[in-house]
Order: sequence, then structure tokens, then C-alpha cells
Amino acid sequence: MTMTDNRQNTVIGTRQLRREDPALLTGEAKFTNDLNLPGALHLSILRSPHAHAKIVSINTAAAKSSPGVVAVYTGAELQSQWAGPMPCAWPVTADMKNPPHFPLAANKVCYVGDGVVAVLATSESASRDALDLIEVQYTVLKAVVDVEEALSDANIIHEDLGTNKSYTWNLKIEATEGCVEEAFQNAAFKVSERYVQQRLLPMAMEPRAVAAVPQPFGGDITLYSSTQIPHILKVMAALTLGIPEQQVRVIAPSVGGGFGSKLDVYAEELLCMALARKHGLPVRWVEERSENSMATIHGRGQVQYVELAADKGGKLTAVRVRIKADMGAYLQLVTPGVPILGAFLYAGVYDIPHAYDFSCDGIFTTLTPTDAYRGAGRPEATYAIESAMDALAREMNIDPLELRKRNFIQKEQFPYLAFSGLTYDSGDHLQAAEKAAGLADYVGIRAQQAKQNVPGAKKRLGIGMSSYFEMCGLAPSRVLASLNYGAGGWEAATVRVLPTCKVQVVTGTSPHGQGHETSWAMIASEKLGIPQEDIDVLHSDTAISPLGLDTYGSRSLPVGGVAIAGACDKVIDKARLIAAHQLECSADDLEFAGGVFSVKGSPDRAVPMAAIAFAAFTAHNLPDGLEPNLEAQYTYDPPNFSWPFGTHMCVLEVDTETGQIEILKYVAVDDCGVQINPLIVEGQVHGGVIQGLAQALFEEAVYDTDGNLKTTTLAEYLVPAASDVPSITTAHTVTPSPTNQLGVKGIGEAGTIGAASTVINAVVDALSGVGVTYMPMPASPQNVWRAIQSAAKAM
Amino acid sequence: MIPAAFDYKRASSAAEAISLVGQYGDDAKFLAGGHSLLPLMKLRLAQPAMLIDIGRIKDLSYIKDGGDHIAIGALTRHMDVEKSALVLKEVPLLAHAAGHVGDAQVRHRGTIGGSLAHADSASDLPATTLALGATYVAQGPKGERLIAAADFYKGFLESALKPDEMLTEIRVPKMNGAKWGFEKFNRRAQDWAIVGVAAWRNKDASGVALVNMGSTPILATSVSAALKSGASVADAAELASAEAEPQSDLNASSEYRVHLAKVLVRRALEKASA
Repeated sequence: MTMTDNRQNTVIGTRQLRREDPALLTGEAKFTNDLNLPGALHLSILRSPHAHAKIVSINTAAAKSSPGVVAVYTGAELQSQWAGPMPCAWPVTADMKNPPHFPLAANKVCYVGDGVVAVLATSESASRDALDLIEVQYTVLKAVVDVEEALSDANIIHEDLGTNKSYTWNLKIEATEGCVEEAFQNAAFKVSERYVQQRLLPMAMEPRAVAAVPQPFGGDITLYSSTQIPHILKVMAALTLGIPEQQVRVIAPSVGGGFGSKLDVYAEELLCMALARKHGLPVRWVEERSENSMATIHGRGQVQYVELAADKGGKLTAVRVRIKADMGAYLQLVTPGVPILGAFLYAGVYDIPHAYDFSCDGIFTTLTPTDAYRGAGRPEATYAIESAMDALAREMNIDPLELRKRNFIQKEQFPYLAFSGLTYDSGDHLQAAEKAAGLADYVGIRAQQAKQNVPGAKKRLGIGMSSYFEMCGLAPSRVLASLNYGAGGWEAATVRVLPTCKVQVVTGTSPHGQGHETSWAMIASEKLGIPQEDIDVLHSDTAISPLGLDTYGSRSLPVGGVAIAGACDKVIDKARLIAAHQLECSADDLEFAGGVFSVKGSPDRAVPMAAIAFAAFTAHNLPDGLEPNLEAQYTYDPPNFSWPFGTHMCVLEVDTETGQIEILKYVAVDDCGVQINPLIVEGQVHGGVIQGLAQALFEEAVYDTDGNLKTTTLAEYLVPAASDVPSITTAHTVTPSPTNQLGVKGIGEAGTIGAASTVINAVVDALSGVGVTYMPMPASPQNVWRAIQSAAKAM
Repeated sequence: MIPAAFDYKRASSAAEAISLVGQYGDDAKFLAGGHSLLPLMKLRLAQPAMLIDIGRIKDLSYIKDGGDHIAIGALTRHMDVEKSALVLKEVPLLAHAAGHVGDAQVRHRGTIGGSLAHADSASDLPATTLALGATYVAQGPKGERLIAAADFYKGFLESALKPDEMLTEIRVPKMNGAKWGFEKFNRRAQDWAIVGVAAWRNKDASGVALVNMGSTPILATSVSAALKSGASVADAAELASAEAEPQSDLNASSEYRVHLAKVLVRRALEKASA
């Protein structure tokens, strides 16, 4: 199965513009809110202004008589609509506590933004205006904002649970009992660090939007949603609403970004469906931007305690990690599993003995629920180990790149059976690090730093790095089973060669900006020898693509793309039988290249795919017993995760008077194995790096002590714009994955995973000479200035 | 993102606009470029019952040489101020500041009069025109009156304009070759300044004004007085916040703002003294 030799490819590996872009850039592409649905009712939701409060009374009389209003519902009035609570698909432990969570709160609200009342009206403005006429009386309770204070259970959010702790999840791997503790006792060097992963607001360009269209006589319902997961949503919506699954169709039209925030089953999707059925009319909802900041899941939200032990040469001897993970008020679809996705990566790219002790508490707060956000657990883990490695280098007074080199898993060790029992498929960390160091002029920067960073320097120079490993391509179904995940990790594809030799590739992945249509057509073209322009990719509609597990976790290419290659193989196998029949030879005597079957050694005896496609369609002359038509379905369950890796470096200057940071150079060396379309890879790295850099320097969901979100507009929540980010130098090494036939790994999250620690390490590097050893994220000018001030006082 | 219901009327002249606002009183708001008012309306922080659209009044968009000053019509777009050869030559500090308002889209829609009348201390142009000693022309039902920039800003989003008055012209004294510096400190290029400084200096006098260092733009008179009495730029800059009452917000505590103001005033004056 291994294909390490990529040189024979003629389509795969070429830089190509995305076929999706003309429609997106000209406005031709239709998003959920662009759909024309005559007679649709508009849903607006009154949300809680309090983080934690009991609902005493709700008066909807004025809203009901407001012009255009059709109906107003409280949570209690809709309770009969639900066959069960909203789903959490990842009960990470057997005793995990999961409070019932319904689309509207009935008795109490648990975060600012919790839905309280639903208004249906004939227009969006009418439903919005009616919200201002609803009176809700609350008894305000104490907010629980700090994740560590929440553990004290001084104020319990969900009384029936008796605690604010949802679960404790452990991963302790010891060669001999007690060896972690011994390693710390015997360590020549050790570090003990605390890091805070601030909450982030996913800000997809397109906010969420939903439209549910019922067919009242048949009972069927079609849900349009700006979602990453039409397939999973179909199952979960059917279960939550008690509708037979075969009557539910979910379509994700053009989707303008997700970053994990649309990997969820949301209250508004269920409300639109329930109310559409109740009223027999289409019901639609579109999120306002400020609503998005509190009603869509948040990312990150962890406090990390990381300890490293090392011998006198700096070789790591043990890793100990304690995580306090902020679940928010409820468990959304995979909320509890997010920290677990990082749990295996706190040793990073380093060769450590079986001395690893990880534990995570999942904790409820009265804030918006958290869930997967680009990287989901892995950026957090990478940040912790890579920041701690810099701390260890400072402790040992050695160069951080040198410390990493002493600990890298060596390329000869791959496939590498890690302490955790997981096998890292392939890698060459030293090569990636040295390439990044060369591009960043690591040696030159160190020399310049020695000259520039003198006492009193107004501009201090820093260089930081992060060598990352990503566990992605979710995922082998059996491994997911061992983690208690509620679904498999396979992906399905159908390749259908039409009578005129045009091709439909049907995929279960659900693109929302990644360029799947381009990349999937390239894979099929390479395999079938049929021009890309003759290949269409169909997706994101459960009636057209009934089988699929959607797009997240950098899985689409290493699982879904490989499934397409497998379906192409099955098509070729069948075509080969037809070709052999026509050429009156044995199938084994045929070779297939450039879309043509020919007899080995007799290239003039040949038949092109076009002739086979038509023959398969007419079925006039097929081998006995062979089904007509040329189509195959293939479902691929990967044998392993894919393990992209790389090293990022950042050179920056800190203005010590103001705390302002200027990035001078950002180098990203990423290895995602074989690249299908290097232009798309580069775009994914650019976007990913900027999202990581945004966490490092700009973005933070700020709450006050009463649990009010203070960053509800894009004036306060600082998503960087093009003018605020550096030009990025991208480069690659190519280490094919041996576990799939394309040799590919995922790349959607890699940039984000590498970037935040790279930038923060550079900031600390610039300022370590003035006593700064810790920099909170985001490293805003004020935070940098304060760190310099307090270090100066301490010195 | 959906504003409350409102009525809309378009005025074709300043006189008509003033007559309309007299008719509707406090419930009415002038709509020029809309880049301050419309976001507030979409968040329902402003809910005017009547919008009087003055955006198409043709004779209020101009830049003229007034002898000792440049006269700018209130509806002149930021981009036109930024690019004007006359402004660049005679009031380069204003042209430079206009080029730092928002982003390119905002500068093509937003107007200088709208920005000043909105009286946001975090905006660049109120402080810049204050530093330059500008005079604003207000037109009301009884005719025109002149208001010095120093008398115009009364409080947070509060100006000396009466409800039935409209800002029609801004008169900015020519700089006559005075050197200048402009510092805008923020986290993203498109944002309001966390702290900003507009400063000019010639051998006899100076003008220094601060952005976002209080509920109004602040004229740093202590800095100018110190310079006049011979203080060094560095020493004068230490007095940057003497007139300021800086607030704390998500980006900066008042303490940090005071610190920034000193650094930025020094940097602006260094440029103005180079």
C-alpha cells in the first residue's frame, strides 16, 4: 500500500487555483441565509443577560401582539418537543457528569447567552423587535467564572450533580510503579510551569444560519445549516427530536468557515426543526455577530500545570501534567473530549521513557460551553510542552534549539511506538528544525541579539520556536472506541463514471472553505486518468451523499481523500474486467495508465476508459455476471492517525517602552507527507499560523467577575486583519505517511498548533534578559509592559 | 445587527436639514457617512426615530484656501482630506491623521464633519483639529456661529452643537511650515487609538492634543507651556497627562495610558523638533 515514490504523479503535487473560488468571490455561491424560502418564519431568541440565575417569570403577552409575530415560546412550553436532551457524543469516563441540556432553558440560565424565549415572526426585523417586549424576571445567583475556583464547589451550578466537576481523566504510563515520582526526585533539572489557555471566540466569516423546511404531509424535513457535520447532525437531530432518521435530510450549502465551531449540534438547529414541524412552515434563523460571540461554542479555556524532569544532559526523563479544563455551562457535542485529544501529546516530538502522568479535570463554569476549535486539545498540549522546553533550556542555560535536538525522536526510530501505545507513523524532526533554523537565520539572529539586547535597549530582539507533532486524521474507529467516543472514524466515497466518461465523486467529507472539490478531483483525476474538468465532487447533502462522518480534526484528506482513492481502485478493477472482456485477454495481462487499458507488451491493443464507461452503461456486452454501470463505493477506516509535524520559528522585536511587538519574520516548516495541491497546503498553513498568532497576541474572550462577556463585537474581540500579521515564509519537508496509499497527512490544524508557542517563546526570549520568564496570552502591549515592569521590580 | 425601526428623510440642503431637525427634535439624528451612527444603531445602543440623511447635500463637500486657513466642508470624506494637495501642503498633520482613520472603506464613506460632530475622544480627528486650533462653523435656524475646537467638546460623545444645529465647515489654520508628529498606538491598524497624539511645533509655539485620554479630546496645555518656557522635549513630555483623565478599558488601564501618553508625546515632539 505504501507509496513513497511521488514522482510519477502528474496531477497530484501541482499548484492549482481552487475551482470553488470564482463562485465564492463573485457572490454566486449560496449560503444558508441566501436561500429563498417563500413563507418562511423567522426565529429570534431572547438570551439570558445573566451568567447564573433562576427564571422566576416570563411575560410574553406584549411580544405576542407585536406586529408580524406568529408565536412566542418559553423553554417550558417547548419541553414536550424533545425526545431527549441535546447530545454529547463523548462521555470520556464512565462516571462523567452531564447535566441535561435543552435548546431553551426552562428553570434556570447558566451562562450569558443561554436561550430563554423563542419568537417566530413573518420577518427577521419583526422577530427581533419583539424580543425587546419580553419581560423576564430572574433571581440572580453567583456566577462561577474561574475554572479553578469552580472546583471548590462553593457555588454549584447544576444542583442535581452535586459538584462542578464533570470528570477526571487519567493517563498514567509507568515502566515501573512510581517511576515518574522517582524521575522527578532524581532529576538533574526540572521545571514546573503554569500556563493559561485563554478562551477564544471562533469567528467564522459566515455566522451560523439555519433553515428547516418541512413537508407536512409526508413528515419529512430538510434542514439547511451552516454546519461542518451534516451527517452527524442528521443522526443527532433525529434522535433528539424523535423523528425517524430516514425522514431527515440535512444539507450544508456553501459554508463560510467553521474552525470546529460548526462541529456541533446546536439549539437553533433543533428549534428550527421543531417549530417548522409544529407550524408546517419553513423556519429560519441567522446569528447576529454579537450573538455569535456568546451562543456559539468557545475554544480553549484550560489551565495547565506542566512539569518536566531531565537528566544532566537535558534528556527528558518524565512528564507530569495536570489540566483544569473549562467545559462552560454544559457539555456540547465533544466538549469533554477536547483536552483528551491533546492528552497524548504533552511529550511533544521527544523521545521519552515510559514515565508520563497526565490527568485532566473537566469543570463546569457559568460561561458559554467550550468545544473543538482549530486543533482542539493539540495546540494547548503543544503550547505547554514547547513553552516548558524553553523554560528547561533557560533553567539549564543552554540553547533551546540544542535542547530540542538532544530530545527529538530520530528519523530512524519511525514508525515509533510511543509510551502511550500509539504509533507515530513517520517523521524527521531534526530535518524540519534545521530547515527552519536556516530560513530564520537562527545563528545570525543569536549573534545580532547579543549586540542588540544590551541593558536599557529600547528594542529587544527575540527568536522563538516550536517543534510540533499533530495527532490528526480522526481516526481509527477502534481507537476511538477505546476513548469512549460515540462514533467511528471511517470515511466513505463513491466514484461514479457516467456514460460519457464524466465522473461524479461523492464524498462524506463536508468542506467549509478547505477546497475539497479541487483536491478530490485531483485525486480522482490522478487515479482514473480522466481530466479534472470532467470530474465533479458532490458533498454536504445527506440525500446525495448518505454515508459520511464529515470534516474536522484534519481528517478529510487522510481519511476521506484516501477513501476516494480506494473507490477509484474499485472502479479501475471493474473497468479492467470489462477491458479484458473487450480485448479478449486476461485481466492480469492489462496495464492501466493515462486512462487507457492496454495489453502488456502490445500497446496497440488498448481500450480507453471512455469506451469502457459507455459499454458499462449500455451493458450490451459485459462479462457474464458483471453488474452494469461503472461505479464503486468504498469506506476507509484508517489504521492509524496521521502525524504531521514541523518546526516554526518567529523573530520579533519588543518595544520595551510601550510593550508593542513587531514580528520581523515568521518561518513555518511543515511536513504533511505527500501534498495533493501545494497551493492549498500553503493557504492552510497561512490561515492556521495566523489563527495561532491571534491567540498569542490578539484574541481573548474577556469575562468580568459576574460572568458578563466583555468582547461581544469585533471592536473588542481583536481578530487580526491582514495589516496586522506578518508575511509568512512557508517551507516543507515531505515524509510520506506509510499508512495510506496516498502518503498523505492532514494540514488544516498544523499551523495553529505550531504558532502560539512559537510567538510567545520569541517574546519571552526577547525579554529574558530583563528578567521576564513568563508571558500570559495574549501578549498585548499592556501585558508585555506589565511583565517588564514587574520583572524590573523583582530584580 | 438589526436596528430598531426608524423613519428616514433626505435633505437636499443644509437649510432643509436644519428645518427637518427642528421639526423632529431630539428623536432625529443626522446621517452623513454613517460610520459612527449605524454601528450603534445595529447594536440598538442608538435608536433614533428619524434619520435625516445629509449625505447627498452637494455643496458641503469641498476643500478651499481661506487665506490664513483651509476651509473644509463638513461632508468631505476622510479620503479626500488625506489626498488633498492643498491639505497636504498647508495642514500636513491633518492629511496624515485623516489617513489613519479606520480602514480604506471607512475613509471613503466617513466624513470629517461626522467624525467631529460625533465627538468621540477616541477618534483621531477631534484631537488633531484641536491641536491645530481649528474653528468649526455651525449652522442653525438663525444662521451661522463659530465655535473654537477648544470650546466644542463637552463630554463623552457630547458637543457644543445645539440639537437644531449642523456642523457645516471646519477651518484649520495653515501650519506655515511648522513641523509635526502624529502617534497612533493601537493593537490593530484599523482600531481606534488606545492613546494617540497629534503635535506640531514652530519656534514660538506648539500644539499637542491627546486621543482617548479622557471623555473628550485633551489639549495638553502643560506640555506646550513647558516647551515655551524652554523645557526639553523629554521633560515636557512628562507633563503629557496633566490635563487628562484617562479611563481604563480592555486594552489599557488608566495607569498604562498615562505611561503611553508620556512616551508618545515625547516621540511626536521629537518628530516635530527634528
